[in-house]
This record gives sequence, C-alpha cells and structure tokens, in this order.
Amino acid sequence: MRHLLSTKDLTRDNAIAILDVAEDMAGVADREVKKLPALRGKTVVNLFFEDSTRTRVSFEVAAKRLSADVINFSAKGSSVSKGESLKDTAQTLAAMGADVVVIRHAASGAPKVLADSGWIDAGIVNAGDGTHEHPTQALLDAFTIRRRLYGPDSRGRGLDGTTVTIVGDILHSRVARSNIWLLTTLGASLRLVAPATLLPVNTSGWPVTVGYDLDAAVDAGPDVVMMLRIQAERMNASFFPSAREYSRQWGLDDERVARLPAGSIVMHPGPMNRGLEISAGAADSAQSTVLEQVANGVSIRMAVLFHLLSGSDA
Amino acid sequence: MSIRITGATLPDGTSTDLFIENGVFVDKDTSTGSTTVDADGLIALPGLVDLHTHLREPGFEQSETVLTGSRAAAMGGFTAVFAMANTLPVQDTAGVVEQVQALGARHGYVTVRPIGAVTAGLAGERLSEIGAMAQSRAKVRVFSDDGHCVSDALLMRRALEYVTTFGGVVAQHAQEPRLTLGAQMNEGALSSELGLAGWPAVAEESIIARDVLLAQHVGARLHVCHVSTAGSVDVIRWAKARGIAVTAEATPHHLLLTEELARGYDSRFKVNPPLRRDEDVLALRAALADGTIDIVATDHAPHPVEAKDCAWDEAANGMVGLESALSVVHTAVVASGELGWSDVARVLSGKPAEIGLLSGYDTPFRVGSPANVTLYDPSATRTFAVSDLRGKGLNSPYLGRELPGRVIATLHDGYATVLDGELVDGDTVARAAHHG
Repeated sequence: MRHLLSTKDLTRDNAIAILDVAEDMAGVADREVKKLPALRGKTVVNLFFEDSTRTRVSFEVAAKRLSADVINFSAKGSSVSKGESLKDTAQTLAAMGADVVVIRHAASGAPKVLADSGWIDAGIVNAGDGTHEHPTQALLDAFTIRRRLYGPDSRGRGLDGTTVTIVGDILHSRVARSNIWLLTTLGASLRLVAPATLLPVNTSGWPVTVGYDLDAAVDAGPDVVMMLRIQAERMNASFFPSAREYSRQWGLDDERVARLPAGSIVMHPGPMNRGLEISAGAADSAQSTVLEQVANGVSIRMAVLFHLLSGSDA
Repeated sequence: MSIRITGATLPDGTSTDLFIENGVFVDKDTSTGSTTVDADGLIALPGLVDLHTHLREPGFEQSETVLTGSRAAAMGGFTAVFAMANTLPVQDTAGVVEQVQALGARHGYVTVRPIGAVTAGLAGERLSEIGAMAQSRAKVRVFSDDGHCVSDALLMRRALEYVTTFGGVVAQHAQEPRLTLGAQMNEGALSSELGLAGWPAVAEESIIARDVLLAQHVGARLHVCHVSTAGSVDVIRWAKARGIAVTAEATPHHLLLTEELARGYDSRFKVNPPLRRDEDVLALRAALADGTIDIVATDHAPHPVEAKDCAWDEAANGMVGLESALSVVHTAVVASGELGWSDVARVLSGKPAEIGLLSGYDTPFRVGSPANVTLYDPSATRTFAVSDLRGKGLNSPYLGRELPGRVIATLHDGYATVLDGELVDGDTVARAAHHG
C-alpha cells in the first residue's frame, strides 16, 4: 500500500490487516513507555489546509508513538494562507524529504491530485478531503465496532452481518462516504437516514438502503447507529427549516436511544452538537463509543503509517 | 497572389482543382508562377468558423492573445472566430471591440469578429452599449455574457428585444446561477460519490426553456451556447417545432467526453458546463445530425498552467479546443457515420457564419467567393500532444489521446495561414493580409 486515499480501493484483506495491526498498536498505549522504534528516522508531515485539531493531534500522537519525526504544516499563519498553492507546498515538502504526507484539504480529491502529480514522491494519507472521504475515520469506526462486537477475539474478523444505520448530513459527509465503502467491504449492511435535502442526488450505485424516517430505523434495531455532525450553515442554505425541527426529526434523543436494543452502539465522529443531532444522554450513555473512537483513532493511524512506511504489501 | 489546389475532394465527395486569385475563387488558372498545393486524398472544407472563442486579450494576455489564439485557430483549420466578451476591460464598449477587431485584422491569421457583452461589465444589471458596438467599425452582431448567464428574466427579455433593433442575436450561457452555486461537475451518481458539488442539468434546461419562450414572445432570435444535456436537446427540439427562432451549439468536448473523466480529479477535464453522462453525449450527437443543434463551436478557453495545476475545486473551468476541434468532430460524429463531410461543412462553417451574420461563407468554392479553405487529411492519425497546440493554453483534454485526421493547409481570404501542416510565419501572413 503506497497511499491511503479512499476506502473504496481497500480490499477486505487489506482492511482487516490494518485493523489487526491496530490491535497490536493499541497495546502500546497501555505500556509504561508508549513508544515503538518502528519508524525511527522517517518524517511524517501533517499538511492541514483546513483546521482540525483533533485529527491532526491524533496523527501526531500516532507518528510519535512510532518514533517518526513529525512536522506540522498548517494553513494558519503559514505561506499556505498567503496563497501558496498545493503544488508549491508539496514541492517544498518533497525538498525537505518527507516520507509521508498526511493531508487535510477542503477540496475533494486534493490528496489524489497530490498522489498523481509527481510533485512529491512521499506516501499520501487522506485525512479528510472536502466532501469526499476520510478513510482513517472509517477505519477507526470499523475497529471500534469490531472491538465492541468481538472484544479480544476481533483479530482476523470482518463485520459480516452487522447492521449499521448512518444518520444525518450524508450529502456533505466524507465520514459517511468512507464508512459506506469500508463497512460494506467488511460485510456490514448499511442504511442511510436523512432528510431528502441532505442525501446525495443519486445513490443508486451505493450498497445501501435509504430512508427518511429515524424512528423506523431505530425500531429496526440496528447494531450500530452512527450520528453525523450537522453544521449550522446548512440551516441557512435551506437544507432544513430550523435546528429544532431537525433535532425533533433526525436527532438521537434519550427516548430513541432507550428504544434501541441493549447491545446496540451509538457512534459519532465528533465534534458533537449536543442537543442537536445527539442528546447529552445519548452521547454519554454506556452505548456511546465516542471516547473509544478517539482512542482507537491513534491505533488506526499508527497502523496506517506503519503500513505505508514499512513497505508491507498489505 | 494565386494558388492552385489540385485533386481536392469537396465535401460532397466530388474531386476537383481549385484556382484562387486575389483572394477569391476563379474559374481557371490564368497566372503563371502560382503556388500549387497537391490535395490528392485531402478533403477541401470551407474555412471553419468558430462562433465561440476566448481570445483573452485585452486583459488576460498570460492566457492567450489575439495573435496566439488566431494561430491556434488557423492550425485547427479556422478562418474566422468570434471572440467572447469576457476580456478586461470587458468588450462592452465600441472602443474595446474595435481594438480586438483591429488586432485580428493586423495579424491576419483569421477574421476576428468581436462579440459584445449583453450587460455592462458582464454584471447582469443593465444593458451594455449594444447600439454603439453594433454601429462601430467592429459591426458587432453577436452579444453574449458568456461565462455568466443573463439570469434576470426581465433583463433577458429587454436584451432580446433591443438586439433585434440592430439585427443581432443574443447568445445565452444557459446556467441558472442559484442552482449551480459552487458547482464542480455534472450532478448525478458520480458527483455524489466523488463529493464534488453538482451542476444539475435542470439549471441549463430551465434557462433554455424560459429563453425560448421569451424569444417567441418578443419575436427575437436566440442562440444557445454550449448545449450539454439531453433535456436541453428536447427543449430546443420542441421550440424549433413551434417555429421559435432559436439556434444552438454543442462543443467538440461535449460530443466526445463524459463525466467519468472527473474520476481522477484531473482538472484538465473541468469545464463549464461540465462534461455530462453517456446519454447526454449520444443525445447531442443525434441532435447535431438531425439539425436540432445547428453548429459546433469550440468554447476554446485557454488558461495558464497554474490555473489547472491544483485541486479540482480550485481549478479554472475550461479547455482549449481550436487546434483539436475538427479531429474531435471527426472521431465523435463522422467516424460513427452520423455526419458526412458536407454536414461538417455546414456545422463548422456555413451555419455558424449565418448565425453570426458573417459574410463570405454562404457559397463556398463558387467562383467569386472569398477563398477560405481548409484542407484536411482524414486518413492521418496522431497521438494528440502539446506539440499540436499553437495557442498559449496547454489545457487540452485530448493530450495523450489518439485522434484522427490532420489539417494540412488553411487558406484565409486567398492566402495560406497553414501549409504542409504547419503555420505560415507571422510576417508572411500579415503581409499577405494587408497586400494580398
């Protein structure tokens, strides 16, 4: 694996291999010295054209636990905000000898452009591109689901037969897209629930069922309910009339959580709008995996960096 | 200066010798010392006319100039181009259109006919100096805000009516602006997957539907730029059946390429209107064959390298198309049998000249007619490359693609601008233009 641009290109074996390595990496966090020498001498650049402290810190911790040198290159206060292009930035990083570039960009496809450009020879990890994909988020979500379902017996397993319902702003969500491809590859069956305005115009080629009714989806008793963040600007662009109405129709409130089967889990990629798409009760319930997702994010990103830099075929 | 072309195949399939003297066709070779062009195996087309070119001068000379765009046009077999108004300053006053016209005449590679802006500064708020441009030395007859839609219905109505006063036509860039905020590619299954903001077909079709009804209501002539969807074809077919005076163009790229090319986020394929689905391409080809779409126009849109060397969302819209147009039409609709060479002559020369009220193209090859000729070798094939481009823009979507045919010679008003498949040098062309 040379780059990680999309979960669509991941085979089932690839994906399970990454999840399994992440299991090993998770053990590192429990040690007194939380560090492996695996990537000593390698340079990982976090190239963030969009603010995302959570994702950047997660990659930074992951790289440092593998003993890589980490350079954070963020748009704020750098030449990037002064109009320097993706191309010039990439060539600068290439000249500095970056081995992996972790890129977050507001434009869909920017990591692919970087990987195909010849501007830089480094491995490219997509840390979220526009409304396209966020592959490491999907991998950490799959990892989280698998651990909840199978605990210590997780290794080697997919998510066959698991039912997952993703709720919210599918149209603008890179998290949803990456999860749809990855979880399907791992054997899960997916259902999307959103107002029609927040669904892509044509999902006929997607391996999902689509509905508008959250209550019906809750009553179907899915193994996983994944809530997506709603951004305030969507309201002003007439995607829905008001936060209250959205919350009433598509928010996961205490009453809906109570109706879920006891073993169901509630996920959210963060940051959450408590009281809008998810109630405080749901977010803090025993079914919620929100904090596990954060912790697992580091393990997954360690596994991805390890795969890219260790030259493993998986 | 006299030129003899021997053994050329005319668009109707007949073979003939052509004699040119003092800029026009003559019935026999009377002079000695004439240049002879052996056209055995070559098709003689009437000089091609592009109703939709961006020459970028004044204001964007880093992208193209009247000279470089004229050279690209000649290389593609064109003898006349209509230059879109989105220059800086905008072609919305007599002074600017006269300047563009004069630059074209000075260089001499092609006839340059400036298009006037419909609204001042392309701002879509009030009419530009349409009468002054029409009555200027540039004698503007085509008016367009291309790049922007005249989206205000009342302003469009007024423009259609007012332009009629001067015998002109409004060429509309049909794009409902609110439906295409931030749009990046055709809206559909692929845009949903790629996470690129969609440009829905309805944004084009709804404006065309409105405009044909407006044109009918006020009794004006309407031309629709770069039609890109099957639904637009249906609307135009309906309007023509009702006797509405509408004409329409399709670009070479919309006749050949589809949205699938966006999959790699290579911004060479980013264009406005965007590349559409297979069904749309097939509908456009059929519409060109049955006359619903009247002409092919390039929408040649050169950009500097940095405008395309970036992420898709950040890249400029547009492709260069003059140098490749005839080969693309050849592969898209001639090779498939939908159009013959006489149809090609119609959609790339006679009809665009008629729509743009450009004289000299109504009776090609006839004795006394201006000698605008393109000699095309249909049997050649080439892998299209940067070395085939003659304008400043390298943003061709065809680089690396096998294309049929090659322009061997272009004659503009009786003098050669392209010979043996290469441009004639600028001094020779300019001299011929002014003394020929």
